Amino acid sequence: MSEAAEFDYEGAKLGMWLFLFTEFMLFGALFMLYGGSRVLNPEQFHAASRELDAGLGVANTMVLLTGSLFIASALSALQGGRRRAARNLTALTVLCGAVFLAVKGFEWAAHFRHGFYPNGPALKGAPPGRALFAGLYYLMTGLHGLHVLAGMALLSVLWFWLGSGRARPDHFIALENSALYWHLVDIIWIFLLPLFYLAA
Amino acid sequence: MGNEQAHVIPYRTLALVWMALLLLTLALWGLSRLSQRLAVLGLLTISPFKAGLVLYVFMHLRYERVLLRTMVFAALAILVIFLALLFSDIPFR
Repeated sequence: MSEAAEFDYEGAKLGMWLFLFTEFMLFGALFMLYGGSRVLNPEQFHAASRELDAGLGVANTMVLLTGSLFIASALSALQGGRRRAARNLTALTVLCGAVFLAVKGFEWAAHFRHGFYPNGPALKGAPPGRALFAGLYYLMTGLHGLHVLAGMALLSVLWFWLGSGRARPDHFIALENSALYWHLVDIIWIFLLPLFYLAA
Repeated sequence: MGNEQAHVIPYRTLALVWMALLLLTLALWGLSRLSQRLAVLGLLTISPFKAGLVLYVFMHLRYERVLLRTMVFAALAILVIFLALLFSDIPFR
């Protein structure tokens, strides 16, 4: 039997989705932890969220959404036989990830300067709900940031594969599955933005 | 290897969804500046809608087979059930 006959496209995609379900549950558990903590400390969550700059959060959302547009377009390009365009769009997506992490880095640096970290000057002696908010903020945006980094690493590999022909118009599952991962990271941020920046 | 068949989504569709996502993000921001209640309302309506757009178009669920769509729906439904159980418990202690 040839390799072509053995390759299972639907199976490969289904496998990726099964992995994404575990990611849903990982972040789902953290969303529940946030929800429960917030119900018990509404005023302190509100007070602590003032440390965050909503404008930066919204701008970063747009950066991630634009990355999602680029990688979805990369897949359409590859499926349509335009491998070079797909490769450039993949590079642009990685760039969006880098911009997102850079903005996040500046935000975290500012929080640290303000003493806004668990047991930091701004939170020591404050009601415990504020430190809880800060802890959840660092945990959830930090874990999300690691996912952005993983997505960038994945798409960098795809950039090479699109160059070498390992990912090509008649074999695009690697790009499709990596794009699915990127979109998932985007979806998680869609919820992190209101939870921490806008509606706390 | 190869011979994968898929529905190719036109750039135009992707760009329209992207614009909708940006506008919805701005709408959510605007609502949150008006009041806390509206911000939470936005969190419960606009954000899931945005996630749905990403799932449905960017992640191709619209074009997938029934099996995959059912699986995704089941996974998300279970998550919603967990959240519903949580919020029917903690606030009433």
